[in-house]
Amino acid sequence: ETITVREALNSAIDEEMEADPKVWLLGEEVAQYNGAYKVTKGLLDKYGPDRIVDTPITEMGFAGIAVGAALSGTKPICEFMTFNFAMQAIDQIINSGGKTYYMSGGQVPCPVVFRGPNGAAAGVAAQHSQDYASWYGQIPGLKVVSIFDAEDAKGLLKAAIRDPNPVIVLENELMYGTSFPLTEAMKSKDFVLPIGKAKIAREGKDITIVAHSRPVQFSLDAAEKLAKEGISAEVINLRSIRPLDIDTIIKSVKKTNHLVTVEQGFPVCGMGSEISAQIMESEAFDYLDAPVCRIAGADVPMPYARNLEDLSLPTEETIYKQVKRVLNVQ
Amino acid sequence: AGSVSFTLPEDTFEGYNIDTPSREVTLTNEEAINMYTELQRVRRLEMAADASYKSKLIRGFCHLCIGQEAVPVGIEFAISKEDAVITSYRCHGFTYTRGGTPHEILAELMGRHTGISKGKGGSMHMFTPNFFGGNGIVGAQVPLGAGIAFSQKYLGKNACTINLYGDGAANQGQVFETYNMAKLWNLPVIFVCENNKYGMGTAASRAAANSEYHTRCEYIPGIKANGMDILAVRRAIEYAREHCLFGKGPIILELSTYRYGGHSMSDPGTTYRTREEVQHMRSTRDPISSFKMRLIESGVATEEQIKSIDKDAKKMVDQALAQAKQDPEPPISDLFNHVYAPGTEVPSLRGRVPEETHYFNQ
Repeated sequence: ETITVREALNSAIDEEMEADPKVWLLGEEVAQYNGAYKVTKGLLDKYGPDRIVDTPITEMGFAGIAVGAALSGTKPICEFMTFNFAMQAIDQIINSGGKTYYMSGGQVPCPVVFRGPNGAAAGVAAQHSQDYASWYGQIPGLKVVSIFDAEDAKGLLKAAIRDPNPVIVLENELMYGTSFPLTEAMKSKDFVLPIGKAKIAREGKDITIVAHSRPVQFSLDAAEKLAKEGISAEVINLRSIRPLDIDTIIKSVKKTNHLVTVEQGFPVCGMGSEISAQIMESEAFDYLDAPVCRIAGADVPMPYARNLEDLSLPTEETIYKQVKRVLNVQ
Repeated sequence: AGSVSFTLPEDTFEGYNIDTPSREVTLTNEEAINMYTELQRVRRLEMAADASYKSKLIRGFCHLCIGQEAVPVGIEFAISKEDAVITSYRCHGFTYTRGGTPHEILAELMGRHTGISKGKGGSMHMFTPNFFGGNGIVGAQVPLGAGIAFSQKYLGKNACTINLYGDGAANQGQVFETYNMAKLWNLPVIFVCENNKYGMGTAASRAAANSEYHTRCEYIPGIKANGMDILAVRRAIEYAREHCLFGKGPIILELSTYRYGGHSMSDPGTTYRTREEVQHMRSTRDPISSFKMRLIESGVATEEQIKSIDKDAKKMVDQALAQAKQDPEPPISDLFNHVYAPGTEVPSLRGRVPEETHYFNQ
């Protein structure tokens, strides 16, 4: 039995809306059009226009409305058609959503979820191909998760909706249609994954590969190829950007003595930078047999042409080669 | 307990796509005295803030509402505790009228643990039940206010949101985004443009192509009212509130008012307007002295009674100030509190160095 990431997201929203009448959803094309990427398909029919709300194309305004509603007793899920458009709204997300609880001395909580596809799709060029994990990951007051598979989608989105803090849920457009096993656990209406816990997606002993979102698949594929050459790679699906589960990475590095990070975001001040720095500050530093290697998106605005786009994003091949370089094997 | 009636001057209101409210106002003597008392307390509170800032007890930005007191007080006398209010950084008056005590407000200004936000918000970030701040980014509170109104409607409350912004913020794009959605969804929100004539040092006419702020949205009706007259403010808000609660959706009010001081404490407020202009407003339009005259002329209060109210207001604020000065700073342990809701914190938050990292026990 399988389920797509899209279906997993849809059922997460559906179940939480059924369980809690204070949960509602707004965004562009979410209702009558059934979602730009069909994540909200069928929800208008089930819950009606009071709870599934189509907005005009005005990100700053509706993100602010979502935050205001969250400050005053309801639990909005704010869909951005992509996180690229949420840049219009980033003041509301960070300054209003992320900080009000602290500034009010704990008087005014903000249980809002901002979700939508993040990072590069295919062939959509610079303005529609950016990974915001490290941007939001920097902000105290926000929690940030990044979804890879259907299990992540269901468990992390449900956890985000139940969390009393503002949570950013980063999805990936190119993963929406991918099917994954539907486990018995995932069928439970109380299936939630803890925000802040990474998952060891593949166990290994020679090197640790840490990734989030779609690059988890590239890392797993690379690990499979490396295994045939006798190299045992451990793959960690980060799942949570903030809080970052550094303990799981430290434990793995102490076992494998090597670390490679993979992300689609820009390399400067990226997740790899942060993980490297935290490893440097931890006891894992003494266990490293080689410097940490960061694999990231190229430090250029995303080009349109396929050959250039290919050179801008990590692939299974990039990971495979870097692992061998770090391990110093031919 | 008698009552008293006033006819407001003919130029009190202007309407845009809507009739103007009646200019006949009746209130009980007790209400009238209470209104005057609140006006005087807000002014005394702000004067104490002014003095404390000058003696370096208050840090950072500090925006006072001296001259604009009729706005927060007039609004409060027109709404219920279930209605919500949200405003910008010029928020001390509203914090008081929405239930904050002078002590809590002054302690917050001084960064004390007893402050209304436990010393973590300061001048621009104060909250009480159904008062949503105290927001520091010009115009950003306007979508928030519509969101509060969305929740009120969603939860079936018989309440509306007073959504305040200045003449400077009125030009922000997100204000127009919010007008659009508020009307589209018929939200119970009263947009209130508190027009004090200057956005920082820029005269309204130099920033707005149309500085008749109540007419800035062709599909939402508007009322302009004299914001220096507490009875006009109260009447306008009552009228707008009725409009909202009858399901007619949003309405825009422009309250013409005037701040005597600068934009903030770091602005002397004299480079972009003349001292004569400020003096003229003080002597002819002051919301407190004009209301005082009304009370005396109509026989609601004697000169002596007024003096005693003034004295009590000063005493109340002086005591609050003395107390706030003595209060402790927030405990060091509060640094990492209130980032996340209790029990749902992240495992740790880093300090300046690894040794200062704070671990939460979950």
